[in-house]
Amino acid sequence: MSRTAENYRGYNFAYLDEQTKRMIRRAILKAIAIPGYQVPFASREMPMPYGWGTGGVQVTAAILGPSDVLKVIDQGADDTTNAVSIRQFFEKTAGVETTTETGKASVIQTRHRIPEAKLQANQVLVYQVPIPEPLRFLEPRETETRTLHALAEYGLMHVRLYEDIAQHGHIAKTYAYPVLVADRYVMDPSPIPKFDNPKMHESAALQLFGAGREKRIYAVPPHTKVVSLDFEDHPFEATKFEQPCALCGAKDSYLDEVITDDRGGRMFVCSDTHHCETRRCEGHLGPLGMPVTEAAE
Amino acid sequence: MYVAVKGGERAIANAHRLLEHERRGDRSVPEIGTAQIEQQLSLAVDRVMSEGSLYDRALAALAIKQARGDLIEAIFLIRAYRTTLPRFGFSVPLDTAAMAIRRRISSTYKDLPGGQVLGPTFDYTHRLLDFALAAEGEPEAPATAPVDTELRFPRVTDLIAEDDLIERNPPADPAGPVGDLTREPLAFPAERDLRLQNLARGDEGFLLALGYSTQRGYGRNHPFVGEIRMGEVEVEFEIPELGITVSLGAVTLTECQMVNQFKGSLTEPAKFTRGYGLSFGHCERRAMSMSLVDRALRADELGEERTSPAQDEEFVLSHSDNIQATGFVEHLKLPHYVDFQAELALLRQMRREHEARQNTYPEAAE
Repeated sequence: MSRTAENYRGYNFAYLDEQTKRMIRRAILKAIAIPGYQVPFASREMPMPYGWGTGGVQVTAAILGPSDVLKVIDQGADDTTNAVSIRQFFEKTAGVETTTETGKASVIQTRHRIPEAKLQANQVLVYQVPIPEPLRFLEPRETETRTLHALAEYGLMHVRLYEDIAQHGHIAKTYAYPVLVADRYVMDPSPIPKFDNPKMHESAALQLFGAGREKRIYAVPPHTKVVSLDFEDHPFEATKFEQPCALCGAKDSYLDEVITDDRGGRMFVCSDTHHCETRRCEGHLGPLGMPVTEAAE
Repeated sequence: MYVAVKGGERAIANAHRLLEHERRGDRSVPEIGTAQIEQQLSLAVDRVMSEGSLYDRALAALAIKQARGDLIEAIFLIRAYRTTLPRFGFSVPLDTAAMAIRRRISSTYKDLPGGQVLGPTFDYTHRLLDFALAAEGEPEAPATAPVDTELRFPRVTDLIAEDDLIERNPPADPAGPVGDLTREPLAFPAERDLRLQNLARGDEGFLLALGYSTQRGYGRNHPFVGEIRMGEVEVEFEIPELGITVSLGAVTLTECQMVNQFKGSLTEPAKFTRGYGLSFGHCERRAMSMSLVDRALRADELGEERTSPAQDEEFVLSHSDNIQATGFVEHLKLPHYVDFQAELALLRQMRREHEARQNTYPEAAE
């Protein structure tokens, strides 16, 4: 607590009061007990806006202990503005150690990505979720969608995916691609690219999902079956890139497209900044990459 | 060259510093004090207290100053502060019939016990810019009359109820649980107490538009302003350990009771029904809008067909909160390049496929 900054004095460890944390932990335990099921919880108003990670922040605040090491990423990167802001929030309110190293973190809060490095049994991945309901854009009413989940009636979703195939020849969904968890609940994996979906399956790490505005928590416990929805004759296929990362040469990571000039110049680089840095430190070099010693300022 | 697309800690710190500078404005102009906001922008303070769900004029004024006059931002500051406050319990139900009246009007009766009291209102002012106000000057002291302590202001709806022409309020249930959507997630269908709590903290513009829509035929409910009253009401708190009730002080409230037509049904004779609006401070527009929407949301209970947005509980209650709304709308500013990248790749694939089809069957394009 000694590292707690001046303007957060008067607030509890990790901002939330203990009663609130207990309430959130109960919701998390229930979510772990029923994989993929959306548990309503009494989401609090947080000092950052709804839609900016309040669900993830509340889950992180509820599970964080003084000895935890926290990593926060947005779009795979540690240095995007909102990741910086959330990391600073926990540095100030909890005084916990933070890191950018995926392997060193015990809790990783993320928006829109799963790190490239395989997660381990002692790690928790906390997702920020905007719309937890996978059926929401097919049926706007909560009263209806809860009934559909209760009956495991997922025909709407299959029809939606089938219509894509009929119209385009393939499923035209590239992120927030729905998954079936533990053969029971269809779940929205949050807007991660479908490239990341296979990483959720049988993951050794605990995966927690927090939606603050929508007041829902759900979970995928370690070593749980997570299957991306598909058809026998149209199996799920993760996005593949045609070129390697321009900086580190990785052929198996998710790439961001970066516009380099106004004459149509493009380069593709790893979205997971720590993964890219690690590879360059190990000596891997892409076509436009510089050796790490020179790149470091 | 790797274009710098990702922001850093220093950029954030500098942006906040610049924001503080902009908030202060021209430093040769005297800085505004929170007491000035509290006193002279008092209706802004009232709105921030109402939608922030926290009755504290000084904090609301501070929030308005910090938010540079952006009231939704100020409400956000208050909400984020309020959420950390401990909850001791619930007050005894407020008795608005015992309000120390500063304003009280009815549009259903020309005169009534207690009389019509205009109070401080913009009504009947001509909306002409008062250029004299640009220069500072002291306004006239208000006219006063001796206080008549005998005067009572019975609620208009209670007067109508004496003739049994309006639905009765449901009987009080002091032992019943008090719903609180800030402590329990809202589930649908919601009870009226939770609906009213949701509306009481809902965005004024949203409530106004929905209330207006009922007047234009989208869920019409034939309203009359039974009564609007504004003034101070004592807040009492029962201490169960001691078995006594203590006063915590007084709050300024605006209450609107809308009286609406009801055609009757097979089992019930025609009668008036009620829509209820309540707000901290002097917020007449929001109290009136709230009472229209409250009445519209009672469609199911009164056996009316639900045809319009204002009657749709899930639609209204899920979108009334401006802190939720502004957060989610503005989150579109956050980076989305991972998802955008996925969409780009898909779009390129689809265009390649389209082109291939065109080349295979060129006549199909004609």
